[in-house]
Amino acid sequence: MNRYPIWKYLTVLVAVVIGLLYTLPNLYGESPAVQISSAKSTLKLDAGMLDRAQDILKKSGVTSTGAAFEQNGPVGTVRVRFANTDQQILARDTIEKALNPNAAEPTYTVALNLLPASPSWLSAIGAHPMYLGLDLRGGVHFLLQVDMQGALTARYDSLITDLRAALRDQKIENTGIERSAMTVVLSFSNTANRDRAISSLRTRNPDLQMVERTDGTRLQIVATLSQAAITAVQANALKQNITTLHNRINELGVAEPVIQQQGADRIVVQLPGVQDVAKAKAILGRTATLEIRMVDDSPTAQSALAAGTVPFGLERYQDRDGRPLLLRRQVILTGENLQDAQAGRDNQSQQAAVHLTLDSKGARIFRDITRDNVGKRMAILLFEKGRGEIVTAPVIRGEIPGGQVQISGSMSAEEAADTALLLRAGSLAAPMEIIEERTIGPSLGAENISKGFNSTLYGFIAIAIFMLIYYQLFGIFSTVGLALNVLMLLAILSMLQATLTLPGIAAIALTLGMAIDANVLINERIREELRNGEAPQQAIALGFDRAWGTILDSNLTTLIVGVALLVFGSGPVRGFAVVHCLGILTSMFTSVVGVRALANLWYGRQKKLQSISIGTVWKPKD
Amino acid sequence: MEFFRIGRTIPFMRHALVLNAISFITFLLAVFFIVTRGFHLSIEFTGGTVMEVNYTQSAPIEQVRSVVSGLGYSDFQVQNFGTSRDLMIRLPLTPGQSSATQSETVMKALKAADATADLRRVEFVGPQVGRELVENGLLALLFVIIGIVLYLAIRFEWKFAVAGVLANLHDVVIILGFFAFFGWEFSLSVLAGVLAVLGYSVNESVVIMDRIRENFRKERNMSVADVINGAITQTISRTIITHGSTQMMVMAMLIFGGPTLHYFALALTIGIWFGIYSSVFVAAAIAMWLGVKREDLIKPVKKAEQTDEVYEE
Repeated sequence: MNRYPIWKYLTVLVAVVIGLLYTLPNLYGESPAVQISSAKSTLKLDAGMLDRAQDILKKSGVTSTGAAFEQNGPVGTVRVRFANTDQQILARDTIEKALNPNAAEPTYTVALNLLPASPSWLSAIGAHPMYLGLDLRGGVHFLLQVDMQGALTARYDSLITDLRAALRDQKIENTGIERSAMTVVLSFSNTANRDRAISSLRTRNPDLQMVERTDGTRLQIVATLSQAAITAVQANALKQNITTLHNRINELGVAEPVIQQQGADRIVVQLPGVQDVAKAKAILGRTATLEIRMVDDSPTAQSALAAGTVPFGLERYQDRDGRPLLLRRQVILTGENLQDAQAGRDNQSQQAAVHLTLDSKGARIFRDITRDNVGKRMAILLFEKGRGEIVTAPVIRGEIPGGQVQISGSMSAEEAADTALLLRAGSLAAPMEIIEERTIGPSLGAENISKGFNSTLYGFIAIAIFMLIYYQLFGIFSTVGLALNVLMLLAILSMLQATLTLPGIAAIALTLGMAIDANVLINERIREELRNGEAPQQAIALGFDRAWGTILDSNLTTLIVGVALLVFGSGPVRGFAVVHCLGILTSMFTSVVGVRALANLWYGRQKKLQSISIGTVWKPKD
Repeated sequence: MEFFRIGRTIPFMRHALVLNAISFITFLLAVFFIVTRGFHLSIEFTGGTVMEVNYTQSAPIEQVRSVVSGLGYSDFQVQNFGTSRDLMIRLPLTPGQSSATQSETVMKALKAADATADLRRVEFVGPQVGRELVENGLLALLFVIIGIVLYLAIRFEWKFAVAGVLANLHDVVIILGFFAFFGWEFSLSVLAGVLAVLGYSVNESVVIMDRIRENFRKERNMSVADVINGAITQTISRTIITHGSTQMMVMAMLIFGGPTLHYFALALTIGIWFGIYSSVFVAAAIAMWLGVKREDLIKPVKKAEQTDEVYEE
């Protein structure tokens, strides 16, 4: 009667094998590696760097144990592994020297890193080790709050420029356009103008909701952004801030930075291994670094350039291809005045172009400058780490009044997209504030791992010894079931690529402590059935069957709590809840199906079973 | 080996009144301490900065205190943490000052006073985060209570649901009372522990309720109190062993887990012991006072009864 069909045994076997396979990568530890990433946002790192790095290493005779290129959004990274740290440091120095001939002005960040050392066949089946949380590996954690009001205010400011240009185009007279809180108020002297304005703006700006209003004698339109547009502004602001953070953090050469959106207006930044918090903060909080200046192309400047001298009042900068240009010292505009940069196409020629949107102050300055300097060139400079580089230096074709600037010329669509990204990357779309910060030293992290691991191990051993003494063979079954539970839990966490934190380890320990409940319920029930005079085989079957309902009920109530913690918890609580919920699910499988399979395998075939090894079954004397 | 050689049913319910009175008094005491003493909330809830600083020799607490107050702080705490070489410094939230400047200036001053000072951990929490945590914590508690009441009401019966939740809230309040009385730090992980206890202790009540239902089904002529006594007696062995096992795990965390897991494990320990008490002595008794009857439990589960009978042949 205690026989499982083959498929049930197979299910348990498959669970064990999968558990083993996916837990395995966590046991290999980490191997030293060198990580190459771009140090400038003007320079993209592509798969070609992989060959280049391997080439450099081959020439200098450093042997690597593997290399890979990874593209993460706009950021490409090459990672090369080594057998030991000596090789790693040697390789870092060699690559650094080859890639950055000018040490004062590095084009690539070459950083030491640790990579999972699991063999490639495991990676091939998607078995990767779990991430360790910052509390286990050390590092910095920031929670940044994005000021969405700031982003919206900026959007309204740019809208004013936009509306002013639109009305001018249509030759609709107005007596003033201004922002009032989170609306734009347009004033007109007569209804005809106002009606024309409304119908014109409605087709041009579908994002706007317009209400007519009379304020004393003045006829007005109150325009507000639609909810969809506001959502879009906020989503874009967040996205741009994340991109900007990515670029900036890249400079730090952090191994595996985590930059994630949290909720509608927050960004989590985690920098494992970074200890210099002050520097990290300085880099995260850096303000706009974009500048627009005039290019001096006069014959005297040209000859000075050729001679390699820099005349007074000018500065020498290089563009992305390394060509030098002389720029005037005077800064016309900074990144603060730039509201948006998007890649697009020229309306007439269909050439690739970059569209810039300036705020009202920027637009005014820009109009004056362009009017006075038709035919001359202006340069857009991006400053990184205090050094400027020319992103683009277009020729001014005519006066640009509305703050809507288009840069077009001989560029491909991809170049236009890159330039737009660069221009945006220079600045944050909305100001950010650090609202939570956690720094954990690396020694504390290592200590936390060993403490968490030890307490789980000792607790497990204590339970195992007790179960063995108290329930004998069934105690062994239960302990094996418990071990299988750990295995499956770790395997699932690794498959999900969950981040293991100290509360997560605590949850593993607690889950084990609670999971044994199912087996205690079963074993006690079997004893009880034996006490009531059931035959051993019958007692096993009844014990498992009758305990099942109770196990289900008690686990489901615990699961309710786990889900509540998952939904409402944050930070450490959520780390705890994820492991707790998963642990409840795996424990139901291992303690009921897994342990039953063991019991069936052991006792199921014996037709005339006289007794089972489940400890003393004491019978009361009536 | 068998610990519990219980020949006859223990008349738990005979003492229900006394036991309930005891838990009621403990409950009131806990509420009293929570109200009068309040909680020693961690900075996760209050906002502020915590720094953990390690020294090569025994940490100079007095010196650190004078250095920090020299920086113009008045409402701060310096205490040993874990070992005598580790210090924990808590700084209040000062408006207009970011965490960056705060922890850096303090650390610079400490290093100037003693070069061996090593920053192990900094935690800064802004005021808005703390408020959210309190809200979310309360929401989680509410969600858990509603979820459990609904589940138990569907699976068993409303009287059991009410009894189970009351008994378990009693556990939670008592844990909170301990934290208030001793002034232990109440952090996010303690909150997780407290909520985990809620689930754990409901789990306990469920096992007993399951047995009560089963006994109602089997023993048709027994009184309600006797059925409850029988159910508790039959499950007492499992109760003690299960909780003992969980306690072994929690004990390991308490001993080997270090300061970070200390209060978490402590909350669980209190929760486990009061969890046993409340589910054995309180939950069933409340259900009895509420007038739980045979008919309440047997009606909705006719199907289960039939499958049960198949086994009994």
